[in-house]
Amino acid sequence: MIHSLFLVNSSGDIFLEKHWKSVVSRSVCDYFFEAQERASEPENVPPVIPTPHHYLISVLRHRIYFVAVIQSEVPPLFVIEFLHRVVDTFQDYFGVCTEAAIKDNVVVVYELLEEMLDNGFPLATESNILKELIKPPTILRTVVNTITGSTNVGEQLPTGQLSVVPWRRTGVKYTNNEAYFDVVEEIDAIIDKSGSTITAEIQGVIDACVKLTGMPDLTLSFMNPRLLDDVSFHPCVRFKRWEAERILSFIPPDGNFRLLSYHVSSQNLVAIPVYVKHNITFREGSSQGRFELTLGPKQTMGKGVEAVLVSSQLPRGVLNTNLNPTQGTYTFDPVTKLLSWDVGKINPQKLPSLKGSMSLQAGASKPDENPTINIQFKIQQSALSGLKVNRLDMYGEKYKPFKGIKYMTKAGKFQALLSN
Amino acid sequence: MLSMSTNNLSYNDQGGSDSAVEVGQETTPTSSNAGAGFGLFSTNFKKNDDLKEMLESNKDSLKLDAMKRIIALIATGKNASELFPAVVKNVASKNIELKKLVYVYLVRYAEEQQDLALLSISTFQRALKDPNQLIRASALRVLSSIRVPIIVPIMMLAIKEAASDMSPYVRKTSAHAIQKLYSLDPDQKEHLIEVIDKLLKDKSTLVAGSVVMAFEEVCPDRIDLIHKNYRKLCNLLVDVEEWGQVVIITMLTRYARTQFTSPWKEDGLFDENSETAFYESDEKKTKNGDEKKSYMMDPDHRLLLRNTKPLLQSRNTAVVVSVAQLYWHLAPKHEVGVITKSLVRLLRSHREVQYVVLQNIATMSIQRKGMFEPYMKSFYVRSTDATHIKSLKLEILTSLANEANISTILREFQTYVKSQDKQFAAGTIQAIGRCATNISEVTDTCLQGLVLLLSNRDETVVAESVVVIKKLLQTQPTQHSDIIKHMAKLFDNIAVPMARASILWLMGEYCERVPQIAPDVLRKMAKSFTSEEDIVKLQTVNLAAKLYLTNSKQTKLLTQYILNLGKYDQNYDIRDRTRFIRQLIVPNEKSGALGKYARRILLAPKPAPVLESTYKDRDRYQLGTLSHTINTKASGYLELSDWPAVAPDQSVRNVEVIEPVKEWAPSLGKTGKSKLSKSSDDKFYSDSGEEEEKEKGSGSSSSDDSSSRSEESSSEAESDEEKSSSQSSEESDKSSSQSEKSSSESDSEQKKTTKKPPQKKTVKPTAKDSDSDENGNVAKETSSSSAEETSSGSESGSDADSHSGTECKKKTKSKAKPKVSGPAFVPEKRHDLLHRMTGKGLSAQYQFPRQPCLYQPTMVSVQISLTNTTDHPLEQIHIGDRGPTGLDMHCFNTVECLLPEASVTVSLGVDFNDSTQAANFQLCTKEDQFSVSIQPAVGELFLPATMTEQDFRKEQGKLLGMNESSATITMAAENTTRQPISRQVATVANLGVVPSGQDNIHRFAGKTASSGAVVLVTVELRESSAALITINTEKSVMGPMLLRDLKRALTRA
Repeated sequence: MIHSLFLVNSSGDIFLEKHWKSVVSRSVCDYFFEAQERASEPENVPPVIPTPHHYLISVLRHRIYFVAVIQSEVPPLFVIEFLHRVVDTFQDYFGVCTEAAIKDNVVVVYELLEEMLDNGFPLATESNILKELIKPPTILRTVVNTITGSTNVGEQLPTGQLSVVPWRRTGVKYTNNEAYFDVVEEIDAIIDKSGSTITAEIQGVIDACVKLTGMPDLTLSFMNPRLLDDVSFHPCVRFKRWEAERILSFIPPDGNFRLLSYHVSSQNLVAIPVYVKHNITFREGSSQGRFELTLGPKQTMGKGVEAVLVSSQLPRGVLNTNLNPTQGTYTFDPVTKLLSWDVGKINPQKLPSLKGSMSLQAGASKPDENPTINIQFKIQQSALSGLKVNRLDMYGEKYKPFKGIKYMTKAGKFQALLSN
Repeated sequence: MLSMSTNNLSYNDQGGSDSAVEVGQETTPTSSNAGAGFGLFSTNFKKNDDLKEMLESNKDSLKLDAMKRIIALIATGKNASELFPAVVKNVASKNIELKKLVYVYLVRYAEEQQDLALLSISTFQRALKDPNQLIRASALRVLSSIRVPIIVPIMMLAIKEAASDMSPYVRKTSAHAIQKLYSLDPDQKEHLIEVIDKLLKDKSTLVAGSVVMAFEEVCPDRIDLIHKNYRKLCNLLVDVEEWGQVVIITMLTRYARTQFTSPWKEDGLFDENSETAFYESDEKKTKNGDEKKSYMMDPDHRLLLRNTKPLLQSRNTAVVVSVAQLYWHLAPKHEVGVITKSLVRLLRSHREVQYVVLQNIATMSIQRKGMFEPYMKSFYVRSTDATHIKSLKLEILTSLANEANISTILREFQTYVKSQDKQFAAGTIQAIGRCATNISEVTDTCLQGLVLLLSNRDETVVAESVVVIKKLLQTQPTQHSDIIKHMAKLFDNIAVPMARASILWLMGEYCERVPQIAPDVLRKMAKSFTSEEDIVKLQTVNLAAKLYLTNSKQTKLLTQYILNLGKYDQNYDIRDRTRFIRQLIVPNEKSGALGKYARRILLAPKPAPVLESTYKDRDRYQLGTLSHTINTKASGYLELSDWPAVAPDQSVRNVEVIEPVKEWAPSLGKTGKSKLSKSSDDKFYSDSGEEEEKEKGSGSSSSDDSSSRSEESSSEAESDEEKSSSQSSEESDKSSSQSEKSSSESDSEQKKTTKKPPQKKTVKPTAKDSDSDENGNVAKETSSSSAEETSSGSESGSDADSHSGTECKKKTKSKAKPKVSGPAFVPEKRHDLLHRMTGKGLSAQYQFPRQPCLYQPTMVSVQISLTNTTDHPLEQIHIGDRGPTGLDMHCFNTVECLLPEASVTVSLGVDFNDSTQAANFQLCTKEDQFSVSIQPAVGELFLPATMTEQDFRKEQGKLLGMNESSATITMAAENTTRQPISRQVATVANLGVVPSGQDNIHRFAGKTASSGAVVLVTVELRESSAALITINTEKSVMGPMLLRDLKRALTRA
């Protein structure tokens, strides 16, 4: 399976290597660097690169390439999924997954990688088990360890690996028992120049932060479970129960985890929460262009649209812009031609707009490229699909937990196509 | 002195205490301490010379610090091998982190320092015998990772021993070790296969994934090893960890292709039209079974499809895709559709995941447009997509295009052509070309659109358009001479060689349609010939030759000029071509024969090129594999065989261990039921077979599709038989899932009970039990209906809750049923139900008499003693309102009058539904009512059972994995012999003692009162008062709770 792993930073240096079988020379990465050179953007490096004796499968996260070396046939997704789990684990342990963080914690990283794979086959990938094996570093613990000489490797042997619920640590204790659930929906949409929706779909997740003592058994029910027809679950969810009763029943992992993710596809009607009105003109031969953009809320169920950020890649012919926002601030980078406008909150009484002129390269002809604008926003306390949690019950333990649920809608890849 | 010795003792005994010892040492000042301690803060500044010194110091903190620095060296790829002797000495260290780091080092460098590595072996050999399973496992793990050929025999021995270890975790580790040993010494193959065979039989979910991995690595061709384990693997699949699932599914796909016949025959292989038709038509078509009359799906084949389907919901993308490929390669064509939605969902995942998923979809969409057409919009390209994602989406959109949606797709393509990513725009133009050739209705529209693009300002776009137009024109050259003229005009402005070459070729090919222009173009080319690219030169020579043949009057001189230029070109291809053309067209004495045919050779009608996808024949590789992704055979790729024409012997998969059919058959029916939810089942069979068949009961298989399900239905009958018998005889091992099932189908249940086969009588063990036969049935009926009634209440919620967790873990069930026995011990402990102060003089206490409840077998009996502490008689003491979520209770008869100072004992039955939820009710007198509650300890919810040690083992074997919970405890000194243990366990839980052959293992058995699930407790004494408690029950909530209580009781003096 996975033979070796190399971590490559954005400047093309290998800063960490780990081998699970016999050592593979790091020169194998030369093939990767070649591919990297050929690719115009860092994202364009192909995830699977065949070399004469090995296959390189890589993922790019946080501007670090995680390059796995494979020697024989293995489902590529197996490797890709695993690499992403590695990154998630690092993020979980160190807060961020940067080259500096990895270098600072190289011993923990090595211990983690050692536990996660045995002979290239995944062994322990559940964060709860790993945390039992290797305690995440904290500033306090580092200081304490330095003074007392104690270690960050768990003194006890992990029982989680053997337990009936491998994702949960045993012997969890909290003074405040609490369970929080965040329903977060991201809407992806493409809106054409006339304002009608080309595609719109919602990708939702329920992230949980559960800090409960003992072995609680939770059930979560929805007002409208019908919406969830395309879901994937954390392994703790009892699939059978969901199929039969549309109730989520599970013994939760300890701490933060993603309970489920769902997808409301473009075939369902998806309400678009904002609209864009625009008028962008370039005149042939003239060195001036007009730019006008107005945003407004639409179908937001009475909730305010916040943290609105508009960005657009203007055509190459645009030299500079002279625009006036009615609210927020805007910037234009004449080198990358990236226009970004931090709008803030949309006030439905006074719609934000951005008006002004663009100066074009003299003599250049009218740009034929179609600028698109990307919009980001947030709507608090509302899930766009209308999903609502009905109730949360706990069995198996006697205390009363504190329960909380939060809804949020965010823009995912929300694009509006503008015309010339 | 005394303190010294205790200190030493503790040092030797438990590793856990060394940190304390170290702290003690740290405080003693030594001279080396300060200097080395400094290293901790300045790792980077110091040279590594001191590492050896630090490792040889006698303090763990220093050693640890040194090891950390060494690991940092290894991680950055620096060589730290010269420290090997110093490091390897610490292999037996008691500090866990230090030991782990030494392991990491050892595994990294053992290969280079083989002799020194051998020093560490004995440590591991000792650890392999450790009582702690985790230590055994980690020792085996490291030992097998040391790539030193000399220790192969030691490894082999260790693997063999570990393969029969008690702990599934150790067995899992041994499965991993198999692969390592195989790569170290392939000669061991035969012995390793034996171990694999043994481990394949393992029933633990922990082991399954790892051993299949070993199988794939060592002996993938030994399909015969799988036969007997096939059904077990299918049934365990849902509970195996996600990585194991991927491996098992891939292996089973290969297996199924060798063992079952093709389910595709009726569909007509890859017939797109009939396919879409089939697809769009209602699912009901399946019901008609017209296709299944001639083709009967092997029930094992169906089992696999059914048990993998829920995994489409996995969060692990690799699992989802592996199920998708399994359906693609194994399922009947009309069932493959279930994977579409899941695959499309994955497109929201990371870029790399998208890439692989899109590749697979691209291959699928060529053969089966219908599958992905409804999701077409999901493949629309976003400007932020990476280039390779864009081109894959383009590929898929092109494959999905048909008459109905082509206009939408072309409109989408129009936006893409304007994209700033010119590479992508060029790809779009090619895609338009493919659409144009595939769908004749839009050819003209596309062609016009492409011609418009010829005036685009971007050169790559224009060039690509030219190339595509050239290909399109070939399909219908007659009508488009104006386009050719237009292109000739553009010729001067186009610099891209491929495009220029294309135009030249067009001119030559259709020179008779543009007789004025072609010679003029040739004239221009003659001027610029020397500065052109090779490909353009070749086409110029071509054009010259063709013109010479058709219009020699105007072009003879030009041609000769060009041929002369070509003759002295630097490129030998061009020189060669020139020589060939000259011989062919210019008549001279040598070239007599061929010259006559020159015209026919050069101006032969040429077939139009077929524009087809690069994914056209990717399906020769199994989907989801690396080979499929890179489109070449990767090393170690295992070919997916074609379906056999005749299915090999099916009986090889029967497991004929102890109970030939029974052992297996119920599990098929049951796991089928439990693994796959009802609703998804319905999807398969729509509303046809499923219900009907159940009604029909004992195997009178319905004629149509049940042919494929005949075994299931009969097995269902089997399990029904068992169910009814177990139900009627009160000791039942009946499972919760069954009771749930029966509650949902209580109608059919009744039918079946009337049909009880005679065999049932023989199963009934005692007269007492057969007495309760009627009772049992009645009870069942009422309890199930009551469960239905209160299904909205939280009580049934919690009930079903505890079930659902276990349902899917249902294992095979044997006929051996534990008999209920009398309680081993009745605790005297009474609990307050109502204090006399709160009860206005009425006091009540309850205790659990541990007798089977007379009213209903599912109830737990509770004795309540009521005492009147007032000075006046209390009248009409009875149970009042039980609250909305009340449990099912059997009340005592009203106590009409209780005199002062008198007390009375009444008994009560409560069906706790196998949960420790309190029973709340009101205790009423004539005047007052008091809310009271009975809170059972988990141990009171059982009834003791007697069984033989053999039966116990068998039952235990079925309740592994998720159904097992265990803990190691330190027993109180008094509790180390049989009697006290039995007493302690019996105090905690109402379980029966199972006679045991071994002195150090104590076994207890019981079943839950409400659902009759078996509960098995094993207390295994280890050395020095350590003990391992293992609880096996399918009640996944009760198990840990009981474990907790037992732990408390046994550790307490």
